[in-house]
Amino acid sequence: MSNEQEYIELFDSNRALIEEPCAELLNRERAKAYTAFKAMGFPSGKEELYRYTDVRPIFAENYGMNLGRLDVPINPREIFSCDVPNLHTHQEYIVNDTYFSKDGAEALPEGVILGSLNEIATKNPALLEPYYNVLAKGGDGVAMFNTTFAQDGLVLYVSKNSCVERTVQLMNVLRSNVDLLTNRRLLIVLEEGAQASMLLCDHAVEKIKSLSVQVVEVFVGRNARFDLCELEETHGENVRLSQLFVKQEAGSSFNHTTITLTNGLTRNSARVSLEGEGAEVNMYGLAITDKKQHVENNTLVDHVVGRCNSNELYKYILDEESKGVFSGKMLIRKDAQQTNSRQTNRNLCLTKCARMYAQPQLEIYADDVKCGHGSTVGQLDENALFYMQQRGIPADEAKHLLMFAFAGEVIDAIKLDALRERLHILVEKRFRGELNRCKGCSLCK
Amino acid sequence: MKKSNNIFKKIADKAYKYGFISNINTEIIDKGLNEDVIRLISSKKNEPEWLLEFRLKAYRYWLTLEMPNWAHLNIPPIDYQAISYYADPLKKKKSNENKEIDPELMKTFDKLGIPLEERLALSNTAVDAVMDSVSVKTTFKEELREKGIIFCSMSEAVQEFPDLVQQYLGSVVNYRDNFFAALNSAVFSDGSFVYIPKGVRCPMELSTYFRINAAQTGQFERTLIVADDDSYVSYLEGCTAPMRDENQLHAAIVEIVVCNNAEVKYSTVQNWYPGDAQGRGGIYNFVTKRGECRGTNSKLSWTQVETGSAITWKYPSCVLRGDNSQGEFYSVALTNNFQQADTGTKMIHLGKNCRSTIISKGISAGQSQNSYRGLVRVAKNADNARNYSQCDSLLLGSRCGAHTFPYMDIHNDSAIIEHEATTSKISEEQLFYCNQRGIDTEEAIGLIVNGYAKEVLNKLPMEFAIEAQKLLSVSLEGSVG
Repeated sequence: MSNEQEYIELFDSNRALIEEPCAELLNRERAKAYTAFKAMGFPSGKEELYRYTDVRPIFAENYGMNLGRLDVPINPREIFSCDVPNLHTHQEYIVNDTYFSKDGAEALPEGVILGSLNEIATKNPALLEPYYNVLAKGGDGVAMFNTTFAQDGLVLYVSKNSCVERTVQLMNVLRSNVDLLTNRRLLIVLEEGAQASMLLCDHAVEKIKSLSVQVVEVFVGRNARFDLCELEETHGENVRLSQLFVKQEAGSSFNHTTITLTNGLTRNSARVSLEGEGAEVNMYGLAITDKKQHVENNTLVDHVVGRCNSNELYKYILDEESKGVFSGKMLIRKDAQQTNSRQTNRNLCLTKCARMYAQPQLEIYADDVKCGHGSTVGQLDENALFYMQQRGIPADEAKHLLMFAFAGEVIDAIKLDALRERLHILVEKRFRGELNRCKGCSLCK
Repeated sequence: MKKSNNIFKKIADKAYKYGFISNINTEIIDKGLNEDVIRLISSKKNEPEWLLEFRLKAYRYWLTLEMPNWAHLNIPPIDYQAISYYADPLKKKKSNENKEIDPELMKTFDKLGIPLEERLALSNTAVDAVMDSVSVKTTFKEELREKGIIFCSMSEAVQEFPDLVQQYLGSVVNYRDNFFAALNSAVFSDGSFVYIPKGVRCPMELSTYFRINAAQTGQFERTLIVADDDSYVSYLEGCTAPMRDENQLHAAIVEIVVCNNAEVKYSTVQNWYPGDAQGRGGIYNFVTKRGECRGTNSKLSWTQVETGSAITWKYPSCVLRGDNSQGEFYSVALTNNFQQADTGTKMIHLGKNCRSTIISKGISAGQSQNSYRGLVRVAKNADNARNYSQCDSLLLGSRCGAHTFPYMDIHNDSAIIEHEATTSKISEEQLFYCNQRGIDTEEAIGLIVNGYAKEVLNKLPMEFAIEAQKLLSVSLEGSVG
């Protein structure tokens, strides 16, 4: 029996249970996605997009799912606090895949809605109707799986010309006694001229096996601006399959940073569609891996119309037996003239057993464009190492300095000052192998 | 206005000058593919039992395969039963069973600029001329034989040097390699066989000229080049076909074995009929080309100029097995009208201290789609691998496409791999500058494109380089609008 069949049966037998607590909008999209999922199943490793990360064996593992929405008897605010000082964010929690209701949370500016996806979809379906599952419905089997089983998540809605000055920080905390599969869903809408930034942190508290499937849909309206930073600090037993869908309108700007410090297996996919002239997207990624970590960043920037800019920079530092994958495609559609597009991928392999797979791709159907990509795999500059040693810096220290500078290019792109400074420290700690536990977490003893 | 009309007419007339059909009495077997057809081909060529077995094994494996669809190509379904797999333009003399060459056939090759009379031929090039499924003639065979060099058609080699053929055939491209390799292994007809013995530097360029003439046939030739220790050979390949409305399939295999300290240079000027301006007709060129640098310090260099074919789908590759071996790939791929190309290379680093260079220049015009797809793989024990790849695309017109799909699989920490790609169009300033100096736009584009492709053209042997330069200009004519 193929493993999608198991999930289909699971859904069939628990359909009422899954749908019961959910809003009608979620259930309606669920029905469509379920039909699509039955037809397409999980993507196989033979498909070009899943060449290096075969998801079938991942889903074949035996995970528990919290379909009955049983309450997790914890208050994340008590057991978990972010250890980045001076961050001053609006802190939100999703424990496993349930939004943790905020009590005593601070007031948000007018015109900003932030809260549980299920709750808002129940109370105000008209608000989310034009957005929910609009982008993800064009996705692959994993996105369909997510829509089929998604029950809750987070909504950030910023109405016209509103601005969320403080960054919204969403902490995804995994907390369970059994191996767990979580299905998270995020919907972010910025209307015309709106501004917001968001920080997504993935933390896994206990050493259980976990698989988190996440779908994030982002709508950036005309002249709106959105910064999204994703930071993963989980452990070797955690699998993360994240899919980000972005639609940008004219004059909008979107900055995306993905940083993977510790993880098991991660596949981040990002599909950005530039649908209005003058839109700009900047995407940065950094992965620092060792042991058997596996990180894939799979991006597609789709230039639907002309006069848009896109810029990508992805860096990997691979140690021990880890595996890095970068697959990025820039698609310049017919008549998307005067596109400016640049993609850079740089990788450091530190051991013989580390593997890097790079696939920077261009697909261009317009002639008046400036597109380029570059990809390198190499080692630290020996001359630079020698120079530093000559000046009395020990070899190890010199190596760290160079790696730190290599990673710095991505970290410096982060707009949030406190986080950027913190990340510099975190990355340095990571290089020194000190980052095993998150200090702020009271569960880590 | 009238003048410009004249210019366009002139261009249309001379667009593909090799498109004529020769009226040669050709023996064509019935269409279709089954074990009997394979047995028939094998018996016509009087092949030993092991070769027939090899073909049948490949055929049975092919039956289990489906045509791959991962390429960035739009290939109409191919009916493999509607193709005749063997066409022999040589008449059989009744008296002594020796084949004689039809004078019409000689004329055809003269017209193509490939004289088969040795006295007329270019003094430093030996030619193996292949029409449809049969090698018509190989020139300078005897002179080469004196040095111990074997240069003959594959059918002859099977008869005269069965041990050599058996040792190397399928050792680089296994019949299980891919769909078209399996098909070719089952039905391959002629092609060239080259063996350069130890320590011999081949004194002349070896060349094969492929011509498809008969309608509703496919060409499935097979070339095998073996360069023994310390040897050197430069091999050229050219090809043309008549203008027809139907699509014809060309699925060849080229295998190259390079031993210690040997060097092989393989150059292709591919000019199969590309189809007309509406995208009708043309050759499907689905070729598996691979060379293995088995020995230490060996070197293999591929140079290709691809201007023809309705669809080109090939990746001439280097397997760098020997330590310190070198692989090179220089390519210019030009597509116009409705042509499609998905071409590039694979550099597989297995030995230590191997180096590879990839220079690919794509030019798209009209409504064509041109893709570069290349793999650089560094195996776990391939220490100190070095690769440099550069893939540039030039777009002429707003309805064509240029794509780059590089793959880098790196399993070693000492590798240094660089890949760089850019896409742009011809700058208005350059054109204006040429116009100002009295060079018309058409000519200016030819000039600029040739300058852009120079890096690759320089790698071709002299005669070929001139031919290729002309070809690039001609193929682009009419694309300026």
